Amino acid sequence: MINQKDILSTIQMIQQQHLDIRTVTMGISLLSCSDESIERACDKIYDKICRYAQKLVPVCEDIEIELGIPIVNKRISVTPIALVAAACSSADYAPFADALDRAAKNCGVNFIGGFSALVQKGMTDADRNLINSIPDALSRTDLVCSSVNVGSTRSGINMDAVALMGRVIKETAEKTKDRDGIGCAKLVVFCNAVEDNPFMAGAFHGTGEPEKVINVGVSGPGVVYNALKDIRKEPLDVVAETIKRTAFRVTRVGQLVAQEASARLDTPFGIVDLSLAPTPAIGDSVARILEEMGLEVCGTHGTTAALALLNDAVKKGGVMASSSVGGLSGAFIPVSEDEGMIAAARCGTLCIDKLEAMTCVCSVGLDMIAVPGDTPAETISAIIADEAAIGMVNNKTTAVRVLPTPGTRVGDTVKMGGLLGDAPVMGVHRESSADFIARGGRIPAPMHSLKN
Amino acid sequence: MNAIITVVGKDRVGIIAAICVKLAEFNINVLDISQTILHGSFTMVMAVDIAQANTAFNKVAEGLKELGEDMGLSIHIQREEIFDAMHTI
Repeated sequence: MINQKDILSTIQMIQQQHLDIRTVTMGISLLSCSDESIERACDKIYDKICRYAQKLVPVCEDIEIELGIPIVNKRISVTPIALVAAACSSADYAPFADALDRAAKNCGVNFIGGFSALVQKGMTDADRNLINSIPDALSRTDLVCSSVNVGSTRSGINMDAVALMGRVIKETAEKTKDRDGIGCAKLVVFCNAVEDNPFMAGAFHGTGEPEKVINVGVSGPGVVYNALKDIRKEPLDVVAETIKRTAFRVTRVGQLVAQEASARLDTPFGIVDLSLAPTPAIGDSVARILEEMGLEVCGTHGTTAALALLNDAVKKGGVMASSSVGGLSGAFIPVSEDEGMIAAARCGTLCIDKLEAMTCVCSVGLDMIAVPGDTPAETISAIIADEAAIGMVNNKTTAVRVLPTPGTRVGDTVKMGGLLGDAPVMGVHRESSADFIARGGRIPAPMHSLKN
Repeated sequence: MNAIITVVGKDRVGIIAAICVKLAEFNINVLDISQTILHGSFTMVMAVDIAQANTAFNKVAEGLKELGEDMGLSIHIQREEIFDAMHTI
């Protein structure tokens, strides 16, 4: 029989330290749904998603009960809609979002991702149509998430798309201003987007993926935090070792859930994403882990180093625990979704410039950050460009998900509720970046993209 | 197929008896029991065989949870695999 102490430690992790499976995400290819008629295409999309994902939620609920571990989200990701919609004669793609929303509601999932376009090197007509449809699509649906990839290490940064996305984010905030600009919480701009990410808002089902696939995202900041409480004042290599061991355990649960879900849904297992994803709940915060390492408040000097250690140790511990690791795999630092980050931002220690530095060493980027409602579109584009440059040069995924909720000022709080949390509005530099963004064109790929 | 039942709460007369009666109703065989008093609370871990159970897993879990609520205990049943996965390589 398994050691009683181990059994009780597992129970404690689940019941007191918020150990959970953050998401089981079914990826579904919609490439077979293209049609010249948008109505027919939407019908095909709805039917296919419902057919494939009908059992997703009940199966996950069974696994939750049998293994005794909560699976917080059940989600669907689909082929970037710009690819599926390219055959349509219509230029307004919002009906695709309606079809996705209806299918997601029918299947009972929490979110559906893939209202997306990949434009790192240039935009097709369909990509442009999709991007122009984003504000409308996100304002009239509840569960649809959208992402746009504007850069990559291989291709450089498409600055025309960066400029466009600044305007699209502003417009999305405006269209959903009666709901605190929530549309922007479902819209993320990527550099080096990954094809098998199970986390929202950036999940989509890449073209290199199979017909359908199960990807699992694990969580567990609370477990890491509690493990570190036992080793106060020990050197940092002991900290790294402790995080590794904890990440191993957490990831093994993810692997087990992924295998079970894959077998029961007769769907191939894709990857486990080793991300440390926080929630707004007390005791489930990445910021508090950094503070437990010895920082008075997250965001002060030393934060980037502490985060680098955490991110690396999570990967090293997790990689041995799963047969296939992918997605984003690292520590997340979404401000509104992390109780410690919210507190650090409120007291002014955590600012947007420090967050940008932190994104150099972790996954993913400037995530769930509220900025003043009067922030110009060009400034948002410039923030995107900075993040994309970090991703491009460092060969990693970076992302921007900012919330310029109309009418908000520094010091206000944007209340999203639920897992999305509350975002304190953070200041941005007032000096203009408009002329830089207006240039458009492309930032060429860095020297080290030439690997062949 | 094995599962692990954990029982945590205030010690009293008849905890093991009540749980075993419930398990017998479900036709679940007890393989091993270990118990201890941890930080002042009664803590019991049972390994059980659920292969011959006459009731679906979720109903068993529900039944044990209700029994726990009646007795002021926290009772959980989980498949053994989760502990194997987390604590063995």
